[in-house]
Amino acid sequence: MASSPPVTAPRRRGRRPADVGAIMPSSGRGSYWFYLLPGFVLLAAIILVPLGWNVYLSFTNYRGILPPQWTGLDNWRRLMADGQFWISFRNSIAMILAMVIVPTSLGLVLAAALFDVIGKKFGGRLASFLRATYYLPQILPAVIAAIVIGWILRPENGALNVILDAVGLGGLQHNWLGSPDTALLSVAVVLVWVQIGYPVVVFMAALQRVDPELYEAAELDGAGWFQRFRAITVHIIRPEIFVVVLTCTIAALKVFGPVYALTGGGPGNATIVPSYYSYSQFFQAQQVGYGATIATALTVVIVIVAIAFIAAQNRAERKEEAR
Amino acid sequence: MTGIVSAPTTEAASVTDARRASRPTAGGPTRRKSAGEGGRKRPADWIVLAGGIVIAVLIAAPFLLILLNSFKTPADYAAGGPLAWPAHISFDGITTFWNRVDFPLKLWNSVFISGSVAILAVLISILNAFAIGIGRVRYRTWIVVLFMLANMLPQEVLLYPLYMMFKGIGLYDNVWSVIIVFTVIQSAFGTYLLSSVYGTFPKEILEAAALDGAGRWRVLWRVIVPISRPTLSVLLIFFFIWTWNEFLIPLTFLVSNDNQTVPVAISLLQGDRLMDVTTTSASALLGLIPTLVFFLIFQRTLARGITAGAVK
Repeated sequence: MASSPPVTAPRRRGRRPADVGAIMPSSGRGSYWFYLLPGFVLLAAIILVPLGWNVYLSFTNYRGILPPQWTGLDNWRRLMADGQFWISFRNSIAMILAMVIVPTSLGLVLAAALFDVIGKKFGGRLASFLRATYYLPQILPAVIAAIVIGWILRPENGALNVILDAVGLGGLQHNWLGSPDTALLSVAVVLVWVQIGYPVVVFMAALQRVDPELYEAAELDGAGWFQRFRAITVHIIRPEIFVVVLTCTIAALKVFGPVYALTGGGPGNATIVPSYYSYSQFFQAQQVGYGATIATALTVVIVIVAIAFIAAQNRAERKEEAR
Repeated sequence: MTGIVSAPTTEAASVTDARRASRPTAGGPTRRKSAGEGGRKRPADWIVLAGGIVIAVLIAAPFLLILLNSFKTPADYAAGGPLAWPAHISFDGITTFWNRVDFPLKLWNSVFISGSVAILAVLISILNAFAIGIGRVRYRTWIVVLFMLANMLPQEVLLYPLYMMFKGIGLYDNVWSVIIVFTVIQSAFGTYLLSSVYGTFPKEILEAAALDGAGRWRVLWRVIVPISRPTLSVLLIFFFIWTWNEFLIPLTFLVSNDNQTVPVAISLLQGDRLMDVTTTSASALLGLIPTLVFFLIFQRTLARGITAGAVK
């Protein structure tokens, strides 16, 4: 989930003279390669070889028993025409809405409110306490978070339905996760709940870079709160916004646990996502070749998204420097 | 400067304190007297505060509901609803679930897997980062990109090949399969972060050590590792928690009851006949308690780490 690591490429610092050689003054650099050996062997065995193997499987018909049969682009053609696959990607957009757009925008507002108003007027302790509360769901394993909310949304005697009934809104009672019209929304609500703390914590730390004098000056110039927020806050913490949006977008494309625990992709295809679809092809339908195709397609999408983000960030930075 | 080392910010007790502490900057003593608790509070401020508290209550509500209902009997739940105080405190749900999943065993599996991964992944990260950050081996940017790939990939892409590999070498359904996989995945992130930390390691210290005749191996373990201990401890804790929270790979590779981790064991029992409404609540409670405990113990380190990842 969002606690998954940020994945921006290491930003290249200005090239210093030291950059040409090892920092450590002594013999040649060659022997440093020995230190990379264990890490590299493991990387090759656990990541690179399986990745290549998976790409190969995506060009085969393989059901897990007889050896894989080369079928060329068959799986990929089938994928392009597979309605279920496109539904799973459409649902990914809902996941991006729930894990990126809503938490990032809400997180910006909450961080600014905690930092500018609550922290300054009501004391830092209260602000820290609220921040910790917002962060609480982030520490849970995603499946456990899903089970917590799934328990509240139980159809027969779930807490939400019982409460609705108690306050006279019994007409709104619903099988939240079991009906196609609300299942995706319910999963999305779980994900917002899980994600919201991450941007708040990151943005609050970033806000400490904002010079209060800038704010005071803007205030004297008659800038309203929202103007200051947009012109100063958002501008200064833009690097953090980039990182949060990138890491959360990748997490949203990869989301699996909550879908597995809450709905299993159902009802019908209402909440299916690419990673769950691929998993079900591997282990339920025994269509290993096709499952590998879905997984490979997802990887391609993620790599493209990451490259696009990092390119956009670099461009923005260069524009900033050119000013 | 790199993130972790230069992110003392959220550590301080309060936000305002932290801001003061972290701003020895340009304008000298520009820190205005903070408006503080005594400052003027406009009605708008109270509205913001109310909004902040309402959201906090909404976010905390599921935890409170789970806590409240894990100590009820199903009959009690049916009679009083989810919001009522338990008529009497019942540990039935918790003990039923505890015994059914053999919770201590699952806890041990999770601790063993996460602990081993944390230690091994930090070791691998140190070795990699030494070569990349200090040794500045050639093609280092590409090497880091390659490692990051490991972190970015959807795990489904590794699933079937690893499944066949582990079956082939007899590690399928063995906790070590999961330990190896996550050692690689976590150390990929560690390599990325630690390489940039080591890239800015003070040169003078390394020169001094070299003058004393210490070889690379000795310098690494006697000088660099001790000095970077704060960063390493952040990585250790994060690797532990991330591994604890993992789901897909443990679900696939640890099929027998004796090897499952806490999240896998709990999720597999949902929908079981034994899971009445309060037992399910108890299962969620048991699932969230361990991570809640880490959170309370390591709160500061966590705060430092979360911001470190982003403030690069």
